[in-house]
Amino acid sequence: MSTTAAAPPMRDPAWLGRLFWLSAAVVLLWPLMVATEFEPWTLLERDNLKVTRQFLAGFLPPAYGAEFLAMLARETWRTVAIATAGMTMAFVLALPLTLLSTRVLSISALSGRMARAPFWVRQAVRWLLIVLRSVPELVWALVFVRVVGLGPTAGVLAIALTYGGMLGKVYGEILESGETHATETLLRNGSSRLQAFCYGLLPQNAAELTSYTVYRWECAIRSSVVLGFVGAGGLGQQMDNSMKMFNGGEVMTMLLVFMALVALADRVSAALRKGLG
Amino acid sequence: MNQPAANQPYKLPPPLFNARCKACWFSAAVLALIVASFWSLNLQWAQFLSLDAARSMGRFLAEFFPPDTSPAFLFKVALATWETLAMSALGTLLAAAAGVALALPASRMHRDDPARGRAPTRLLLNMLRSIPELVWAGLLLIAAGLGPFAGTLALAMHTTGVLGRLFAEAVENAPQGPADALRAQGVGPIRVFLYATLPQVLPQLMSYTLYRWENNIRAAAVLGVVGAGGLGQLLSFHMGLFHMGKTATILAAMLLLVALVDALSYVWRRLLMR
Repeated sequence: MSTTAAAPPMRDPAWLGRLFWLSAAVVLLWPLMVATEFEPWTLLERDNLKVTRQFLAGFLPPAYGAEFLAMLARETWRTVAIATAGMTMAFVLALPLTLLSTRVLSISALSGRMARAPFWVRQAVRWLLIVLRSVPELVWALVFVRVVGLGPTAGVLAIALTYGGMLGKVYGEILESGETHATETLLRNGSSRLQAFCYGLLPQNAAELTSYTVYRWECAIRSSVVLGFVGAGGLGQQMDNSMKMFNGGEVMTMLLVFMALVALADRVSAALRKGLG
Repeated sequence: MNQPAANQPYKLPPPLFNARCKACWFSAAVLALIVASFWSLNLQWAQFLSLDAARSMGRFLAEFFPPDTSPAFLFKVALATWETLAMSALGTLLAAAAGVALALPASRMHRDDPARGRAPTRLLLNMLRSIPELVWAGLLLIAAGLGPFAGTLALAMHTTGVLGRLFAEAVENAPQGPADALRAQGVGPIRVFLYATLPQVLPQLMSYTLYRWENNIRAAAVLGVVGAGGLGQLLSFHMGLFHMGKTATILAAMLLLVALVDALSYVWRRLLMR
């Protein structure tokens, strides 16, 4: 009888599988790395490092001249204003499209299948919403900058179109996902479709609709900064200018302002949505 | 005589504005914000709605046709699409790895965990998250130069913020039983995470990552507008040179990509729901 108990095997029982998946991952990652020119060492090349260091050194202290701050406040308000105006127009665009596309408000669908013409009208409106939504707002902005020139108009129109599509689609989904009994009863008893919407569908879903709209407004503020990069005015445009001038201090201040703005919008929208329940 | 009336007295409707009515204040604030926005922006409606603008818009759209479909250019677009996909995939992957690494210090593993790194790590994650991909790309262009590498890093930066926060929440909300059992045996924190917490939250992490990948494909398509590679770079290049036929082809490719991703994710979700 041996005195030493056999040590438990320390070998990993699944090593073959692990090895296989590790090598498979490398093989799969390789083309990705080639395609994206993934060369982290370029970050550490002497020339790049020098430029980066200079740029980063400029970050401190952040720029805080009175004139610059006044300009920054003006541009920040513009960013918010572009988002708000864009959202308003998106809402104006989405409302009729939603009313047109909701199945719940169909009278012919009360008795069996929806008639053919209304069905195709609804389907066409849906496709229109999908097209509006799937063009990124940045592309809309690029197009509108060409047509109306640099400035906030392009940004407002871009947000209006993309967010109009999003709002229309989600409003439709919200209206159709809820309990539709009250609306149906109203329609069956001879109320008009608009009446059925105002007294049946809307009160039932108002909180959810408002909450989604507020959430989208928050997103619009974020994207209105981004739109500035293609020349649609606001904070983004100034940030782009400062970056091109390698003015690190100004970029730093703008980033701080931007983070504060996003955090504020986040808080406001969270509080409002909580209030809505 | 102070007898109650036999019939209900006629009730006036509630006043339109009541200082205690929160909804009234909310609506008033929203209205004020909207009016102030439109008033301060001085939008050029006249210019946009004029006949002139309509004509230039028409000309602009007419120039899109016919789209450039020469095989050489189509190959270039296909290459850029592949680059976009690669950027989004690699960016998401990097972000998932960094997200897990940052989620550990950002979460309280058990009740008595002092979690000293929690607040600073969460602040870092919030900072990463609140700067959009495009701004990151603009900043990283300086360090990494023009091209898809900057775009990949930009996607990774923003997504790290998003995923790190989601991962941290998933880790904190995981059931504590298995982890407690291992900890009671004296197992170290790393092995507790690897053998108790990670297996429990792994499906959730995977689904978050896939969801962000879907978002990142859309973001990567336009990221190149500032020069960070992919379809966007091709788009801004040809649009800048007024090659409208080529621009149309690129836009079509972009829409196709986005629509494809949307459709796939819809089908995938339907399959998962079943």
